[in-house]
Amino acid sequence: MRINLPVVVAAAFLLAACSSASDEGADAGSDGTSTTPPPISDTNVAPVQPVGAAPGSQLDLEINVGDRVLFGFDQSTLTSTGRTQVERWADWLEVNQQNKLLIEGHADERGTREYNLALGERRANAAREYLVSLGVAPNRLRTISFGKERPAIPGSSENAYAQNRRAVAVLDAVTN
Amino acid sequence: MLSHIENLRRRAIFLITIVAALALPTIAHAQLKVDVTGGNIEPLPIAVPDFIPGDAQAQKVAVDIAAVIAQDLERSGLFAPIDKSAFLSQPAGLAVRPNFVNWKPLNAQALIVGEAKLTADGQLSTDFRLWDVFAEQPMTGLSLTTSLSNWRRVAHLIADAIYERITGERGYFDTRIVYISETGPAEKKIKRLSIMDQDGANHRFLSNGDALVLTPRFSPTQQEITYLAYFNNQPRVYLFNIDTGEQEVLGDFPGMTFAPRFSPDGNQVIMSLAENGNSDINVMDLRTRQVRRLTTHPSIDTSPSYSPDGRQIVFESDRGGSQQLYVMNADGSNQHRISFKAGGRYGTPVWSPRGDLIAFTKIQSGLFHIGVMRPDGSGERLLAKGFLVESPTWAPNGRVLMFFKQNKSDAKGNGRNSRLYSIDLTGQNEREIITPVEASDPAWSPASSR
Repeated sequence: MRINLPVVVAAAFLLAACSSASDEGADAGSDGTSTTPPPISDTNVAPVQPVGAAPGSQLDLEINVGDRVLFGFDQSTLTSTGRTQVERWADWLEVNQQNKLLIEGHADERGTREYNLALGERRANAAREYLVSLGVAPNRLRTISFGKERPAIPGSSENAYAQNRRAVAVLDAVTN
Repeated sequence: MLSHIENLRRRAIFLITIVAALALPTIAHAQLKVDVTGGNIEPLPIAVPDFIPGDAQAQKVAVDIAAVIAQDLERSGLFAPIDKSAFLSQPAGLAVRPNFVNWKPLNAQALIVGEAKLTADGQLSTDFRLWDVFAEQPMTGLSLTTSLSNWRRVAHLIADAIYERITGERGYFDTRIVYISETGPAEKKIKRLSIMDQDGANHRFLSNGDALVLTPRFSPTQQEITYLAYFNNQPRVYLFNIDTGEQEVLGDFPGMTFAPRFSPDGNQVIMSLAENGNSDINVMDLRTRQVRRLTTHPSIDTSPSYSPDGRQIVFESDRGGSQQLYVMNADGSNQHRISFKAGGRYGTPVWSPRGDLIAFTKIQSGLFHIGVMRPDGSGERLLAKGFLVESPTWAPNGRVLMFFKQNKSDAKGNGRNSRLYSIDLTGQNEREIITPVEASDPAWSPASSR
């Protein structure tokens, strides 16, 4: 049995970090897609590029591009805000030709486990299909569903549920 | 991973010798009967004195066996073991007719008299009689010989025999539960494949928590578990051999495979396969590894479960606009919806081992319910409800269900407290099954082969 966990763990940490950032952010939007970069708490040396957010990096994706789209309850159709966000991913992939994306699909906790796995798959695929329609090569894209297993925000609140119904783009470190 | 030796020991050494079911008179013992189909059942008072030790070495196990029998019977909700401190006398021995005048004042309807001794080669040898106190008649008896380490199974088998004799239903105490242990914060729960006896004893973790694991289910022989694991960050259905600890991925699919269950004959695993975002139900023959696709609808089709005769499959689909239950023939033909009550979403259907009912999770008015309906969709009854109750699984006798229950959690994710519960098919006797940490996705083993 081979286990390759680092990708998941890293993603979970980053998601948590990003989520709290978007909580404080001005724009949660009607479907919650945050396009406002969170406040940069770092130094006055590099005001434009936060340290670590090298172009084409995971941090670049999260901070400067936006790494997630949100969905309505039991929905897997991209909203107009969601489509705009996915278009930004397409632009980013156009600039960063070496990059591949893993798109994670997630659901809130108010569904049964297996149905939510299927729903997460649908959400991830909705983003994937739109990227392909925008010209991204399919072999640069993978999807994975976590169903309700990896909420971005803990707790049983409508706000948490809205943030957890999401597809998240992660720089795909796995090469097969 | 689990210890292979431990497993092999558990399996191989349990060569139980059932010597005799006794030649009992078949007359006049029909009075004592618990009708399990009734609503609010008054538990039957039963006296379970310590077993009589045949030697000094057997003293502890003689007490322990009686305690486990009493616990099993009590937890079923159908029996009320009488407090031992109220006993007016102790049984003198198997060969001695009980002094019934000492048991009638306690209103003991039934009395168990048992003996336990260790044989020269260290084997545990037990024998018991079940007596109808007011009819003053023996009802059943059993002699069991096995390794001392199997004493709990001996107790469960005796409890099964008592339950069967008095209720007319098959016992379910000599069974196990496979489930998922949960620790850690909500955003990155650590989930571990776990196994225990139905009463929570002999608990073991079967995985170390490195990979996310979900929805384990037993094979009909109890030798294997099929479940979903995220090894290498790829959610796939695996087959896990409990005896050897070895496992293998089932099939080589480009997309996620999930929601696996064995067919009743154990030769096939039915599961969902996601392709381009769409989930359909497929069945794999474990011998040929050939895969057949059973649903082709552009909707979510998942959570398949076979009828016990293997001829039909119940599953959930949102093809009608919301998550509902459907039944189809095992070849995929005649797909038809069976859940119609307005305002409810239905999921996780599981066909009863008796074939007469389908258990499900229902989401309605912001609450989750565990319920049952007939295979044609009629006779819906809701048994349990809560903020989140999910994932029913049947005891092999089709009389008891287990599921998991979660509470609302606060903004820090605290308070969720996911736990396992069992409930009688009547909706009575909801009981927690105590687990070391939080728990979800229980699956009851089939009846053990005896």
